[in-house]
Amino acid sequence: MDFEKFHREESARILSTLIGLLGDFDLAEEMLQEAYAAALRQWPATGTPANPRAWLISTARHKAIDHFRRGASFEAKREEIARNAEPSAPAVYDSEDETFPDDRLKLIFTCCHPALASEAQVALTLHTVCGLTTEEISRAFLISVATMAQRLVRAKRKIREAGIPYRVPAQEDLRDRLDAVLLVVYLIFNEGYLASSGDSLVRREICAEAIRLGRVLCELLPREAEARALLALMLLHDSRRDARASADGEIVLLDEQDRNLWHHDQIREGTALAESAMRSGANGAYALQAAIAALHANARTAAETDWPQIVALYGALLQIHPSPVIEINRAVAVAMARRPEDGLALLDQIESCGDLGDFHLLHAARADLLRRLGRATESADAYRRALSLATNDVERRFLRRRLSETSHR
Amino acid sequence: MQYLLLIYGQESDWTSLTPAQHAAMQQEYGQFTREISEKGKNLGANRLQPVATATTVRVRDGKRVVTDGPFAETKEQLGGYYLVEAKDLDEAISIAARIPAARHGSVEVRPIFVMEQAART
Repeated sequence: MDFEKFHREESARILSTLIGLLGDFDLAEEMLQEAYAAALRQWPATGTPANPRAWLISTARHKAIDHFRRGASFEAKREEIARNAEPSAPAVYDSEDETFPDDRLKLIFTCCHPALASEAQVALTLHTVCGLTTEEISRAFLISVATMAQRLVRAKRKIREAGIPYRVPAQEDLRDRLDAVLLVVYLIFNEGYLASSGDSLVRREICAEAIRLGRVLCELLPREAEARALLALMLLHDSRRDARASADGEIVLLDEQDRNLWHHDQIREGTALAESAMRSGANGAYALQAAIAALHANARTAAETDWPQIVALYGALLQIHPSPVIEINRAVAVAMARRPEDGLALLDQIESCGDLGDFHLLHAARADLLRRLGRATESADAYRRALSLATNDVERRFLRRRLSETSHR
Repeated sequence: MQYLLLIYGQESDWTSLTPAQHAAMQQEYGQFTREISEKGKNLGANRLQPVATATTVRVRDGKRVVTDGPFAETKEQLGGYYLVEAKDLDEAISIAARIPAARHGSVEVRPIFVMEQAART
């Protein structure tokens, strides 16, 4: 049996139950490790049990009882365990009747509690809910294993010492708390989707984990339309994963991508989910972004993209989520829906009324529109300006390429 | 008149003590607490858990904003306190959010240090 794979798939179910029974993250993880060790020893001989999850939870729980008998804090913990455990007789572990409640929501809401720092929420969710190792997470975020390990230790310590409760929030708090959870999932997805350095295989796995998390949320909270909208958004973005980079690892923009390389089954699923979410009343940022993504994804060719509708959606998005990137995206959409001059006028407006003069994407967008208008010298200047401000290697290579193309007209 | 005596210091002052120094410090505190209590001057005292356990609560435009960490801005100063009983951090945060000052300032929620907890860690 592939325990690593099993752990990735089952850790949320198992740990969420164990943490509920034992009242402590570290203890639950330690006892689960001991249970895995026991499984490794016994299952080759006795065969894999019919319900491996229940076996592992039972075993871990019994090991916790033994652990406390031997330890100094037995008295403190005894009532808690006794409340949940049977007497210590050697139990028949392979019980198909053992049903443990699905505590995954408790786990997810606890890992994403606002009293934890944002990066701690992300790390803890990836580790405990998604079953990634400290090494895997640190590789994805390009920080040292020691730093990531410390982050996890501190997060668990805060949960314990500040009294962060292990439960699904009350109804009146659910909306806000769910927003925090969705944000963590979105951050995880973006880490995989937008990161342009590091192992591309790792990045894809991170996107896949975010999507998996999104599915779990939709399964556990079927009435939450924004969760569906977020899943739709992730599926739609991810559908282009094989077309976004050339063989040399260079950026391929949306309008130049080979649409045959898009994953159309994912597009169909994402589009259906986006529509379902909106019919159920989702009208937040994820729903609007998913609608925009669906319009792009369902256009057979770049030329057939419904730009006017996209302009309208960006407008709606700006109402609830004003941001420079969205302003720029809208200006570019206006350029495509009407004329490049119209988009350019908007960008000039954005530049003059804000303090976005140092934002490289603004200049890159201007440069592109100027290029389309055949104003090569101004375009080259704008590309140079963007280049002087861009810090990301892959983006810089892209801008340099555009600059040399423009200069050689 | 009543006062809140606020003890500020570096957390490392506590954590870098040897067990013997720690025990001696406990003794001194115990002695001091007994003395002022006997004179009826002690209205309540606690050691707090470290800043890593702090959570800050603000209410802006009717929306509750909860962040990890102690209150740390310099434009606001300590203006009051409540010592409350709450079953977990969520309840403490709910209570903190109802303090009118949360609407313009910040309320730091810090758990009280409990002796048995120290023995466990």
